[in-house]
Amino acid sequence: MNSQLLSLAIWVPILGAVPVFWVGSERRTLVRWLSLAVAVAGFLVTLPLYTGFDATLSGMQFVEQAPWITRFNVQYLLGVDGISMPFILLNSFITVMVVLAGWEVIEDKQAQYMGAFLIMSGLMNGIFCALDGVLFYVFFEASLIPMYIIIGAWGGPNRVYAAFKFFLYTLLGSLLMLVALIWLFLESGGSFNILDWHHLRIGMAPQILIFIAFLVSFAVKVPMWPVHTWLPDAHVEAPTGGSVVLAAIALKLGAYGFVRFSLPIVPDASHYMAPFIIALSLIAVIYIGFVALVQTDMKKLIAYSSISHMGFVTLGFFIFNQIGVEGALVQMISHGFVSAAMFLCVGVMYDRMHSRMIADYGGVVNTMPKFAALFVFFAMANSGLPATSGFVGEFMVILGAIKFNFWVGFASATTLILGAAYTLWMVKRVVFGAVANAHVAELKDIGGREFLVLGLLAASVLAMGLYPFPFTEVMHASVDNLLKHVAASKL
Amino acid sequence: MLNNFVMPDLYPAAPEIFLLLMSFLVLFVDLIFGATRRWMAAMLTVVTLLGCAAITLVTSDGQTTLTFSNMFVDDLLSDFLKLMTYLAVIMMLIYSRQYMADRGLDKGEFYLLVLYATLGMMVMISAANFLTMYLGLELMSLSLYGLVAIDRDSPRCTEAAMKYFVLGALASGLLLYGMSMIYGATGSLEIGGVAQALYQGQSEKPVLVFGLVFLVAGIAFKLGLVPFHMWIPDVYHGAPTAVTMFIGSAPKFAAFAMALRLLVYALFGLAVDWQQMLLIMAVLSIGLGNLAAIAQTNIKRMLAYSAISHMGYMVLGLMSGVVGGQIDAFTAVNAYSSALYYTVAYVLMSLGAFGMVLLLSRAGYEAENLEDFKGLNKRSPWFAAMMLIIMFSMAGIPFFVGFFAKFAVLLAAIKAGYTAVAVIAVMFSLVGAFYYLRVVKLMYFDTPVDSASITAGLDLRLLLSVNGLAVAAFGLFPDAMMMVCTTALMRSL
Repeated sequence: MNSQLLSLAIWVPILGAVPVFWVGSERRTLVRWLSLAVAVAGFLVTLPLYTGFDATLSGMQFVEQAPWITRFNVQYLLGVDGISMPFILLNSFITVMVVLAGWEVIEDKQAQYMGAFLIMSGLMNGIFCALDGVLFYVFFEASLIPMYIIIGAWGGPNRVYAAFKFFLYTLLGSLLMLVALIWLFLESGGSFNILDWHHLRIGMAPQILIFIAFLVSFAVKVPMWPVHTWLPDAHVEAPTGGSVVLAAIALKLGAYGFVRFSLPIVPDASHYMAPFIIALSLIAVIYIGFVALVQTDMKKLIAYSSISHMGFVTLGFFIFNQIGVEGALVQMISHGFVSAAMFLCVGVMYDRMHSRMIADYGGVVNTMPKFAALFVFFAMANSGLPATSGFVGEFMVILGAIKFNFWVGFASATTLILGAAYTLWMVKRVVFGAVANAHVAELKDIGGREFLVLGLLAASVLAMGLYPFPFTEVMHASVDNLLKHVAASKL
Repeated sequence: MLNNFVMPDLYPAAPEIFLLLMSFLVLFVDLIFGATRRWMAAMLTVVTLLGCAAITLVTSDGQTTLTFSNMFVDDLLSDFLKLMTYLAVIMMLIYSRQYMADRGLDKGEFYLLVLYATLGMMVMISAANFLTMYLGLELMSLSLYGLVAIDRDSPRCTEAAMKYFVLGALASGLLLYGMSMIYGATGSLEIGGVAQALYQGQSEKPVLVFGLVFLVAGIAFKLGLVPFHMWIPDVYHGAPTAVTMFIGSAPKFAAFAMALRLLVYALFGLAVDWQQMLLIMAVLSIGLGNLAAIAQTNIKRMLAYSAISHMGYMVLGLMSGVVGGQIDAFTAVNAYSSALYYTVAYVLMSLGAFGMVLLLSRAGYEAENLEDFKGLNKRSPWFAAMMLIIMFSMAGIPFFVGFFAKFAVLLAAIKAGYTAVAVIAVMFSLVGAFYYLRVVKLMYFDTPVDSASITAGLDLRLLLSVNGLAVAAFGLFPDAMMMVCTTALMRSL
């Protein structure tokens, strides 16, 4: 029984999208409840992954194996370890939030909107549990299709440009990865199994080429400076749900790729290139932090804040110590909750005012007190306040960085100032002060549905900040194992 | 003299003979009932092709049999390619029924020319001799010239037919010239005989290579590779859409067979030479095809340039069978079967794409501009989804069959050591993704300009749905078709 769980996590949302399309957008109530049912079912089937997970094992669990393309020895091979399992839960949880967030706002083609998100949720789960190179690639690239449609069909005024930029940018990276995957297949004597590749001996020159191919692919996805420019465009133009999924899940795919492919398969090249990656990460943390400071558009500000936070994640991976890597993983999950909540908050205001400009707001707390409380809380989490999830990850990465090199740690710690500066300054201008104009005066506070969504996220953020042990516990053994692979030379 | 006459074994050529005999019947039926009951000729054509398929299936024994004094071969590869050809032609006939009827073009000639073109393709597929190959090629080409000009009152069609004829005749001339050179050097016109002579190495190399260049030029013309691609956009654009669909589908199988039989079966000894030529043409085709397609506003022209780039990918697989002049059975089968798989996948997608153009066309209206796809999602979500599948498949995005076709070809190319070429090829497929995405953009992000409801008949709708879903299904379960392609090739090499 256990062995079917990952397949369920992938295919329940994807197949569940079929009846959603079938019902069609005319029957709005039915479509919404059906989508919610599918999303909740998709979340429920992932719960046993956590409860049944054995945190003492470092290997893959819930493994499923079946031949898929016998011609090239491609397998339908699924499995999770402590690194990937939390992301499947996070993804399925966020999907429920997204369905709830699109409940009333999406008026046009709602069935297609919901269906696209459900399909994407299944594909993302597939990325996190695929252990076969081709299977991973197939999910990785297929997930571009629903996102492209979501940005282009339900996005803002400049949506077409943003959708194309998003698709082509990410495709550019993944195509090079495909070449690297095929090269590894031939080099390993005919295996696409990622775990086999972890034991493959590769010379230094090909290691560096493979590292670069993976780097291009994952750096675009993370996104790392200087290939980050698609993200602000995509975030600003995407509908709220699209921004949420992009920030909470899609960005994690790139970081996850580093852990699953780059570090264990080409460890020597990873060590060799680490200073370069660390430099890029620090640029992302500091420079992009400053860029975020000057934004006038709230969504853009949060987008830049995401890039800056993801810089922390890549930094944590490439300092190669336990606390750094674990901190980066915690940061990824925390950022999943916090950035999702931030985008949902902006979405709540946008639905009422149809503006994302900071200048159009002011004194929101006077008309929307409940909302303001939650928004301020998430802003605190985003700037890394202790007792929120944002603090745990950042603190661990900074500790790891100082262990690695004091000045790297010092530079990365500036995020605590910068993050607080851009987030809280935005909150000050939007939430506090006198009521800025008549539109703000007419604002209605959030209803029960919106409160439920934001409240659930707030509870997760708080829980993770106060008691992160359940999260770090599951990943401990797997991170240990990963670092062992990274430490061993494959030359 | 008569005493020496030996009746050739007709059994291997049974489908061809059946088709020829049935074509006479179609001729008679059209003569008698053509004015009143046009559907009879159409039905009979489909029945003929189904009969051919049945005969091919029944007579297929997996053995390689030569007949007509070693001029004609029946092997597993030819059976497979013929079956695919029948399938493509039948689909084309169903797709185009209403289109041709609306324009008064569903005359007896149409069905006869289609049948004779199919016969030509079958002969090409089964050719074991240079002359048989040439015969089949000419039968196919002449029928196609006629088909392009079938709407004889349209200046655009006639112009396209003229262009096609002049350039096609030139290409045939080049091919024939190349064949005669190789005959001069090896003393044989038989494919097996040429291979034998090359193997013994007694022939004069300069003459052989000289002939090879002409031969490759002829093949490249039929495949539509740069720099012999000029006819493709004009003919695709000028011909009635149904005929474009025909040219863009089944003949690709015949062209694949021609390339394989002439280059691999006959001139394998010169592989190092033709590999270089194919490599250059493949890269140029992928590059130019993808770049030029971006500039098109007419979907038929866009698909024409896309066809050029797709054939470039196919040839990339075809040329990867030899590594540094060394023959390795596994690499060879891998490469040729990837090219075959690519051809099958491409024809399936191409039929679907032109099927969409036919779906949106109606009496007195040709939906051939990209603009006509605007807002299709509002007019018909189902068919917009089908076109989405086909476009993403053509762009090589998984889970669709086009991705696995590209994957197989890239794998073959990297295995043969052409990693840099593979990188160039994937970079151009990034360029290509742009214009396929644009079609999706028009369908999903824009509002419709043409709000007329879709009037196409049930047969077209059904077939198009099956076609679109097949593109997805072969992507989700690519194994079976890959295995069939590999087996067909392995048993016939």
